[in-house]
Amino acid sequence: MNKPLRRIAIFCGLLVLALLVRDNWLQYVQADTLRSDTENRRVLIARYSTPRGDIIVDGNPITGSKKTPTDSLNDFAYKRTYKDGAMWAPVTGFASQAFGATQLESVEDGILTGDDDRLFFRNTLDMLTGKPKQGGNVVTTLNAAAQKAAYDGLKKVGGKGAAVALDPQTGAILALASYPSYDPSSFAGNSTSVDSKAWTALQKKNNPNDPMLNRALRETYPPGSTFKVVTAAAALENGLYNSADENTDSPLPYILPNTQTELKNEGNIPCKNATMRVALQFSCNTVFGKIGADLGKDKMLEEAKKFGFDSEQFTPVRSNASNFPEKMDRPQTALSSIGQFETAATPLQMAMVASAVANDGKLMKPYMVDKLEASSLDTLTQTQPEELSRPLSEKNAQVLQSMMETVVQKGTGTNAQLPGVTVGGKTGTAQHGLNNSEKPYAWFISYAKLPDGSSPVAVAVVVEDDKANRDDISGGGLAAPIAKNVMEAVVKSKK
Amino acid sequence: MSSSTNTTTHHTSTIGSIGAPSRRNTELALLVFAVAIPVFAYANVGLAINGSVPAGLLSYGLGLGLLAGVGHLVVRKFAPYADPLLLPLATLLNGLGLVVIWRLDQSKLLQSIHVAGGKATNQLLYTAMGIALFVMVLVFLKDHRTLQRYTYISMVAALFLLLLPLVPGLGLNVYGAKIWISVGGFTIQPGEFAKIVLAVFFAGYLMVKRDALALASRRFMGLYLPRGRDLGPILVVWAISILILVFETDLGTSLLFFGMFVIMLYVATERTSWIVFGLLMSAAGAVGVASFEPHVNMRVQAWLDPMGEYALSRKGVAGHSEQAMQALWAFGSGGTLGTGLGQGHSELIRFAANSDFILATFGEELGLAGIMAILLIYGLIVERGVRTALAARDPFGKLLAVGLSGAFALQVFVVAGGVMGLIPLTGMTMPFLAYGGSSVIANWALIGILIRISDTARRPAPSPAPNPDAEMTQVVRP
Repeated sequence: MNKPLRRIAIFCGLLVLALLVRDNWLQYVQADTLRSDTENRRVLIARYSTPRGDIIVDGNPITGSKKTPTDSLNDFAYKRTYKDGAMWAPVTGFASQAFGATQLESVEDGILTGDDDRLFFRNTLDMLTGKPKQGGNVVTTLNAAAQKAAYDGLKKVGGKGAAVALDPQTGAILALASYPSYDPSSFAGNSTSVDSKAWTALQKKNNPNDPMLNRALRETYPPGSTFKVVTAAAALENGLYNSADENTDSPLPYILPNTQTELKNEGNIPCKNATMRVALQFSCNTVFGKIGADLGKDKMLEEAKKFGFDSEQFTPVRSNASNFPEKMDRPQTALSSIGQFETAATPLQMAMVASAVANDGKLMKPYMVDKLEASSLDTLTQTQPEELSRPLSEKNAQVLQSMMETVVQKGTGTNAQLPGVTVGGKTGTAQHGLNNSEKPYAWFISYAKLPDGSSPVAVAVVVEDDKANRDDISGGGLAAPIAKNVMEAVVKSKK
Repeated sequence: MSSSTNTTTHHTSTIGSIGAPSRRNTELALLVFAVAIPVFAYANVGLAINGSVPAGLLSYGLGLGLLAGVGHLVVRKFAPYADPLLLPLATLLNGLGLVVIWRLDQSKLLQSIHVAGGKATNQLLYTAMGIALFVMVLVFLKDHRTLQRYTYISMVAALFLLLLPLVPGLGLNVYGAKIWISVGGFTIQPGEFAKIVLAVFFAGYLMVKRDALALASRRFMGLYLPRGRDLGPILVVWAISILILVFETDLGTSLLFFGMFVIMLYVATERTSWIVFGLLMSAAGAVGVASFEPHVNMRVQAWLDPMGEYALSRKGVAGHSEQAMQALWAFGSGGTLGTGLGQGHSELIRFAANSDFILATFGEELGLAGIMAILLIYGLIVERGVRTALAARDPFGKLLAVGLSGAFALQVFVVAGGVMGLIPLTGMTMPFLAYGGSSVIANWALIGILIRISDTARRPAPSPAPNPDAEMTQVVRP
């Protein structure tokens, strides 16, 4: 009986060997795949096991991390908290245990959680010295006073809207506000009773105001008359007119080319044969419509693209691409050139237009992350300002500046005047909807220039007013005061 | 057969009575490690989870040490020549099982679904009962051949035990498998005990019938084909296994019993044809049942596509379970060295995390290294059992030892293979590691019987009667 016994011994050995081989396959060969499988909850548990790094504005964190009680229902140790969450939401996005992360929280997630390869060396050191892994910080370019001015201004008006402020010399984003907004703290956790409820209530289908939409970056509006700045730039750059004070030979009434339709102005304003300065001051549709039609769609499109239209911006949070139509006939080109037809722009895009003019024609790439820091506060990477394009020559930019300054001194934008500071701007009132049935948007874009010639801030504000009646809405009345407060805040903080 | 008892000399007729090394001190030394390792592991869990040495460390260490000590003393007294490895290896596995059950007791998630919480205390109690049964086996079973007398009673008892879960009002249906019964608030897995009783029956039956089964056969294509009437017993056992599979929907138990029978049949008859028949029949039975029995079929589907099963379970489709995938993630997340005791997240397996799936916690927290060590310990127990069978002098002892070790090996393979995704999952528990009274108690009895057989096998031959003619060859004792 011993021969079969020996064979059984071998057979049992083979059974154990099969288990050993399988275990090696599972825990050695497949280990990394299984460990990092996104469905594997350990990935999330590890992610929330340490405090997240912070997002920093003016040296102060606007985010925090809170230890949550881990119990049978919650195995995540830390959740995100936000200071003035609603005001900063368009900047931070959210990081929720239950609903993931978006925008800056998502783009810089690796740094904030400490998983980024750039933190590898430090993490290894920490592991050797027994310290827990720590996330790094994201230092933003934002200006807390400007952000507060923008958000409070929008909140005071009460309609849907957004405001963006840039530093024209660098492209640094100083304010990025959207209204109505939401507090990302309200659903940062993982509880079905609290967080899921808050989340559901904020969804567009439950809340028609869509508070979670980042209007500053992710919504495009018809820019209306503010787009005339781009059209004026195109006219100067293409040599259609060489100065602001040259008569434009514009007829009034102006019939759109190849049609019998008259392009009308708002009210009875002196647009006949007006100069570009006067046309911008009174916001003449006829003059800029004709400029667009005269230049043609290709030149208009080329100039719009130089200002950043038709492409997404990565700040590093993505902004939607603004639209300047590529296929148009002449009358449509005329309409597009006064910010109507299919022209649509994000608030960031219009702030870029103002900043390019203010920076003597040089458009800087907009960015909101100044630098990434390790938890030890050592800088990992520092963002260098980058030139995006040159939509205007320096000379033409200065011509356009003088036109925009006239608008604020004695035109539609007088509400944006600031003592001791030169302000240039442009109002806009964009009608939209079928037969202009919906509430118009009030626009205002502007920049401030200090006595030394430097320009610290360019702003774009868009507001949709639910309460006021149609005739009262105008960029100068609703949007310009907000832009003024934002510029004032930036100028004050520079001193 | 008895060549292993005296390796130093072949003059057994005069030297044997001096006494072969009993190896009891070796066993004691190994037992010290078998108790110390779980005690350190216990401290490790406490430090990892609560940052302090657990308050129960002393009582736990004393408890395990006491049980091991009692076991050792009883072996020393009643089975002095027993294999020195079996007791320490079983103690080590039992101790580590206790530690991990205690570790899972700390999980709030498992507490909230009543899978864990105070289970380690129960398990220590079951261990004490297991050791008690172990002691009783050694004290009252002076010679394993006594069991031979109960061959047919064993058969009846085994069938009774196997059918118990099907008795209405007594049997429990736990997640589709009907292998438990409930008596006075306790749940018992009769199959664990049936395993031993059935081995006794097979050993007794085959010992008597082996010549008929082995010799009366025709040779065909290099295989010895048994006569039709000799096919009877294997067909009956096969049918019973299939019935278990169909009515108790438990692939593991079915495979275990049939496999054990084929192994013992092969050893008894030395005919390879039985293995071929056994494999063919079990394959046919398994495929047949898996194709029409929905519960078994689902286990196979879950094995082939654990991720799909996980997705179905997440969607809330009734009858699907995410356990298989969760176990694989636990193993994968452990990697080579593991997260360290108390630092994994195997509670995500939820139901049966501390019983059927306890190996996944070992995998995650002790890693590949830990699992390999544990599998080798199991392998060592099995090989010591087969070694005992080799050394046993009587065919009944040989068959019983190889049957018990073979069943043990198959159980380890079926459970570990199921949890690691090598074969479909079955509702059985890792011997000694898993939480569960039946399993621990029955396996301690199994180790007791193996120790009894090994004691008989390794015991030196009784000294011959004094021979007056032997004066000239007197040995000078050292």
